[in-house]
Order: sequence, then C-alpha cells, then structure tokens
Amino acid sequence: MLRDITIGQYFPGDSIIHRLDPRFKIVITVIYICMLFIGSSFWCLAVGVVFTLMAMLLSKIPLKMFWKSVKPILPFLIITALLNLFLVNTGEVLFQWKFLKITEGGVNISLFMLVRITLLIMGTSILTYTTSPITLTDAIERLLSPLKKLNFPVHELAMMMSIALRFIPTLIEETDKIMSAQKARGAEIDTGSFMTRTRNMVSILVPLFISSFRRADELATAMECRCYNGGEGRTRLRQLRSAPRDYIALGVTLVFLAAAIAVSIITKTR
Amino acid sequence: MENIIEIRDLHFAYDAEDENSEPTEVLKGIDLDIHRGEFVAVLGHNGSGKSTLAKHINAILLPTSGTVTVDGIDTKDETKLFELRQRAGMVFQNPDNQIVSSIVEEDVAFGLENMGIPYEEMRRRVDEALKAVGMYDFRLHSPSQLSGGQKQRIAIAGIIAMQPECIILDEPTAMLDPQGRREVMETVKRMNREKGITIVIITHYMDEAAQCERVVVMDKGRVVIDDTPRKVFSQVEKVKEIGLDVPQVTELCYELRKAGVSVPEDIITEEECAEALKKLFA
Repeated sequence: MLRDITIGQYFPGDSIIHRLDPRFKIVITVIYICMLFIGSSFWCLAVGVVFTLMAMLLSKIPLKMFWKSVKPILPFLIITALLNLFLVNTGEVLFQWKFLKITEGGVNISLFMLVRITLLIMGTSILTYTTSPITLTDAIERLLSPLKKLNFPVHELAMMMSIALRFIPTLIEETDKIMSAQKARGAEIDTGSFMTRTRNMVSILVPLFISSFRRADELATAMECRCYNGGEGRTRLRQLRSAPRDYIALGVTLVFLAAAIAVSIITKTR
Repeated sequence: MENIIEIRDLHFAYDAEDENSEPTEVLKGIDLDIHRGEFVAVLGHNGSGKSTLAKHINAILLPTSGTVTVDGIDTKDETKLFELRQRAGMVFQNPDNQIVSSIVEEDVAFGLENMGIPYEEMRRRVDEALKAVGMYDFRLHSPSQLSGGQKQRIAIAGIIAMQPECIILDEPTAMLDPQGRREVMETVKRMNREKGITIVIITHYMDEAAQCERVVVMDKGRVVIDDTPRKVFSQVEKVKEIGLDVPQVTELCYELRKAGVSVPEDIITEEECAEALKKLFA
C-alpha cells in the first residue's frame, strides 16, 4: 500500500519543456512569479494566463494533472476568495444583508486573487512535473553555487537532498516490512481507534529510526571508501549544457514580463 | 611474486567501553601477504575478526600496533589516504547502504566525481565499468528497481571505475538469494581473470571459498590456516573444530570415507565429486 507513494510529482516525458535546462526552468519560474505579482489589473493577469496556457500545452502534461495540483489548495482558495468578497468594501454596493455586504471592489479583488493563486500553482507545477527531483536538486546546487563564497554549504545541502531522495524508496520498503512484522505480532495498525493506532505507530517508528541511523553510518563509511571529501574539486557526470532553445525560452519569458509591465503601466495611467 | 598487501604483526583492539572494562582485542598478531593478482577468500565464523581485518586494508580502521601496507602505501599515512582508497576498493555486505545516487550510472561515477576525473574520461570509465559487470542496459534505472545481486554488481562497477589494484569484498553475498550470489561471484571472478585485479573476499559460504585460489581461515583474531582450498578443506576435522563447515561435497566424501568407501580426500567441487562417484560404480 505504501508503494504507491510517488516521489515528487515528476511526470516523465519528452516535450520541449522537459528538455529545457533545469537551471533555466528555475529562473523562468522565478520570472513568471514576478510577472504574476507585478500588476494589479486583470489585463496583467491575462498576460500570465496566456503564458501559462502556452507552457501547459507545450509540456504535453494531461490537463487533469493540473487539476490535481490545484485540488489540495482548493479550501484555501475558497476561504481567501470569501474573505476578500466580504471584507473588501470599495466601490458600488451590489448586495447587502444585515452586516454582510458585497461590493464591486470586493468581487474584483476576490476574483483577481483567485486567478492569481491558481496561475501561481499551475505555473510552478509545470516545473515540478517536467523536472525530476534529482535534476532539480542538481540545478539548485549549480544556481546557488556563487553562495559558496559566503561559506554557505551549497554542496552539502544538495548532497543531503539527493541522498534523501535516494533513500525514500528504500525506507518505504523497510516501513512495509516492519509493519508486516509488527502486525504479525498482533499490533493494531489498520484497525482500532485513532489513539490506539497512533500509539502503535511508535512500534514502527522506533525500529525505522534505529535502522536509519545504522544505514547512515554504513553509507558514510562507503562514501569515504570511495574518496568522498566534500564538494571541493569534484567533477560531475551529469553535465548541464544550455542549448539555444533555453535562451529562446528565457527570451520569450522576458518578453512576457515586459508585456506585463507595459500593461500594468498603461492601465495605471488611464 | 610481488606482494600487493603486506600485513605485519597486526594487533587491533576496540577502545574500552568504560574505565573498568578491558579494551577488546579483536586482532591478535596477524601476518599476511597477498600477491598481486591473487584471488583470496577469508573465512571465519562471527567474531573471528575477518571483517575487522578487511577494514584495515582500506584504512577505515588503523592498527593499534603493527603495519598494513597496500601497494607500497602505509595505511597510517594520512596524506596518501585517497590514493590508498583508490587502489584498494571496498564492497560491503548491504547493497542498499552503499549506493549513493538514485541513478545507476551516477552512482558508478560517484568515486570518479570525488577524484575529480574530467567528464570525457569519466563517461568512458563509467560505461566501461557498467559493461564489465553486465549492467550497461540498466544505466539509467533507479537502484530501487534492481535486485540485490544487480545492486551489488553496481557497487562493484563503482569500484572498478576507479581502476583499483585490488578489491576487498566484505561478505558481498550474505544478503543475496542464490541467483544473486552466483551473479556476484561470476562478476568478481571475471574481474580477477580479465583485469588482473587482486580480490580479497570475505565470506562464510564454503562453496564460494572453494572457488578461490587461496583460503585464509581466521579464528579468534588469528590466522589459523592459510593454503589452497583443496588442502584447507581436506582437513575436515580441523576446519570443523574452528566451527566452520566444509563444502557439501567435501562433507559427503568425508562421511563416505569414514564409512569405508574409498574416495579421494581433496574433493571440493560438485564435478569432482560426481566423477569420483562414477568411478566407484564403474
């Protein structure tokens, strides 16, 4: 049952978005977020909508995947929309019932935030859908590498991330085994009240913890045996090479950003 | 023949746990020479010190007294630690706990990345190592999709890629099924035969030891027998006294001899045993 857990949300494919250099994808995502937050009119968001739709189509990720990415934050979206709807009191009053008042400004802001947050989630999902976690880690390590000069442990963090990713399936398998072993001895894990089940989780977590420490110890020895000595002077098998398409993608994104800025200036002066 | 590993009067004791207890002495004076290109098995039951001995060859542990020299490098020489570890690679028992990366080929490259090998050279060596252990087709897989035997072959490939002079394998087959054990033994034998890499394999499977050129038997921190497998296993009583078994076929012939059937003493493989039995009935 635990085997069904997928790591990250990577959706393997071979689209143009999949093939972009992950470093560029991260930078593009950051620019995209700026694009969404730069203006305060619907016209600015329209630029974002066009950009998101374009990226979604190019990524060839099924639409229902995007629905899946938005679904978990749906309650949050609804609450934000409702709060904005009732608490913003600007413009013409559209509806009033006792103390509840809905104004034109409220409707506008509520819709605006709804679209903005949805775009934010969908757009960033494209990054995680088209880039495997390990590639993502690698790209973050390289993007942050200038911080090494400030003694920020970039390599160590990336190494920890990638080891964690490597051991997720191993630990899931182990949890499965421990659960079976404890069930065989009569531990109630799937049945019983919430409290009993929670208490019985301890009988799974303790062995899992102990074995993780043992694994960590053995892995550290094995890494040392293979001359691991921190990030200093390491070369990499995985080469990230930027291709013309990466610069084109970045260029297109910058054009959209410029468009969003232009639209926001025009709509403000009017 | 030239020695690749020279162990002289090696003593090793783990530190005392508290002030009242004595330090536990695990190795009590070991002298051992391993020649270049040899294929050596180290046998011994639990607590005989065989794993501790293996850890000395690659400077995971340092001698309390005595010396260990590998390819001319004293393991106590910290300045040459990485050179030493490149020359003497180590494969451990648990395949899961020695694989670092979530992609097979990147794991094989891990040692080379640490050594700072340039990309083109690294690519070539990784592909070569993967082909040598027969795992090239799996280079883009995740280790969690592989069987134990396959994972252990990946671990061996990771060492091979570093182009070592010798490989020490610490019970590499203990956690594997018979199929995986066969795969690993075949791979190790091929590395020894084709690349001339010295192999020291620690095991408690007698039939694996029987496939080696030389068997070193350890008991209570000392080397008690050091000879060819044939000569070691023909001393059935002595081997049993130490608490070890002999290969099944050797045991069979030993029992037959005791029952008065005349079969040779030095049978260690199934083929030899079958041959001897055939002669009996002929």
